[in-house]
Amino acid sequence: MGKLNTSSSELDFDRPNIEDYLPSGSIQEPHGKLRLRDLLDISPTLTEAAGAIVDDSFTRCFKSNPPEPWNWNIYLFPLWCLGVVVRYGLLFPLRVIVLTIGWIIFLSCYFPVHFLLKGHDKLRKRLERGLVELICSFFVASWTGVVKYHGPRPCMRPKQVFVANHTSMIDFIVLEQMTAFAVIMQKHPGALFLESLGCIWFNRSESKDREIVAKKLREHVHGADNNPLLIFPEGTCVNNHYTVMFKKGAFELGCTVCPIAIKYNKIFVDAFWNSRKQSFTTHLLQLMTSWAVVCDVWYLEPQNLKPGETPIEFAERVRDIISVRAGLRKVPWDGYLKYSRPSPKHRERKQQSFAESILRRLEEK
Amino acid sequence: MGSASSVLTQYDIEEVEEHCDHLFTQQEIVSLYERFCQLDKNAKGFISADEFLSVPEFALNPLSHRLLKMVDGLNFKDFVAFLSAFSSKPTLPQKIEIIFKVYDTDCNGKVTFSDLIEVLHDLTGSFMSDKQREEVLSQLLHEAGYTKESSLLFNDFVKILDSPGLKMEVEVPVD
Repeated sequence: MGKLNTSSSELDFDRPNIEDYLPSGSIQEPHGKLRLRDLLDISPTLTEAAGAIVDDSFTRCFKSNPPEPWNWNIYLFPLWCLGVVVRYGLLFPLRVIVLTIGWIIFLSCYFPVHFLLKGHDKLRKRLERGLVELICSFFVASWTGVVKYHGPRPCMRPKQVFVANHTSMIDFIVLEQMTAFAVIMQKHPGALFLESLGCIWFNRSESKDREIVAKKLREHVHGADNNPLLIFPEGTCVNNHYTVMFKKGAFELGCTVCPIAIKYNKIFVDAFWNSRKQSFTTHLLQLMTSWAVVCDVWYLEPQNLKPGETPIEFAERVRDIISVRAGLRKVPWDGYLKYSRPSPKHRERKQQSFAESILRRLEEK
Repeated sequence: MGSASSVLTQYDIEEVEEHCDHLFTQQEIVSLYERFCQLDKNAKGFISADEFLSVPEFALNPLSHRLLKMVDGLNFKDFVAFLSAFSSKPTLPQKIEIIFKVYDTDCNGKVTFSDLIEVLHDLTGSFMSDKQREEVLSQLLHEAGYTKESSLLFNDFVKILDSPGLKMEVEVPVD
């Protein structure tokens, strides 16, 4: 009776072992002869479930952490009110003006360049890149962005891809200000200027999409003249205190991966875009009515797949590099669990280890 | 705390403390309230099954659907009372009560052989056959002095699970 039935579902090689990350303090390996008590005692499993109800690392990743309010007493409150007046009455209109000017310049240059220089592709692309970098600088100015860039600037070379941690859509703008990246993003209306940069669209809800996108990625990266590709492997916005698992797509393209770490300083505003709580417009308005957006961007050392390393291990290693640099904690969850339930494979692993332990101890007489 | 509508007053905290037999401290109750509001996304006053299952660590637990039945739709007071079995202070019978309730799905105070098999099935999935589960359970019941036909009562559970003691504590993060 010692034989274990093998499960029909194969082991999931698609992700690192969750057990390495989850707290397992209460689960010791039981030994000795099997008794009725061992089967009836479901307290470890119940404790894990109750622990998840009380606090779990996944929800923590998406919790907004607004800066602490400091206007709580009689002399600070008027100061704060004055600040509100300045921010909403003076800064905000100024910023809107700056942004409008930026858009006017951009649009009035972009369309002529795009259509008139149809024949001179190289020149056209160079001008378009410059213009996109310009409008992004206007955007950053419109929130009084104080961005400190560390490390060597990205250069245009084929066979390389850039990956960064993701906190908000403004990550893209902050990075784009310095280098005109091409980016892969979730399909949404209103971003047609990015077409000129060679952007790649995907649709989270379509499962077949993955293969098509993987192919497009590969084609882009190997093209010598294309803009460097920027990928956010987390696949969703995380609150800049944690990193969720990196999707392996960016790491199996057969090219160098250049990690970029972004850390926002929350002293003036929390840059995390909690897409479940606010629309992007609200988020943008919140940024435009705060004092400043302060962040650090580190361009880190390019990494290659080591011999014998799988793409998943590569992704985890790069995630480690980025998390250490930006001071973020790693959690083993897939960002897409925001939109879907975990696969039953994780549950099966728990069941398998429990069943194996029972059958093994049955053999011990 | 997300919604501004419900703020916990000192009276509320003391009422909840009373309701859970003082098994949680006041600080823990405040933290649990923050958590409750975090999970209860549209401030309904209770957490729906769907919202519980959106916590992946809970959803992948083999016994999650059994606990869900006990915790679905509870208001905050009952939520804390439910979790009090997992605090640091309950007595052994209080801890065993929750284990018994998980087994006793029809709430008639008796746990039959089929109830035991069902829970064992949840814990082992497809990695043991039905026959293996029946054999193991029958053998262990027999060794402990019961038969397949006997129904276990609460006191039987206390007797079986008493030694060496049950560790079932969950730490409530207090800021």
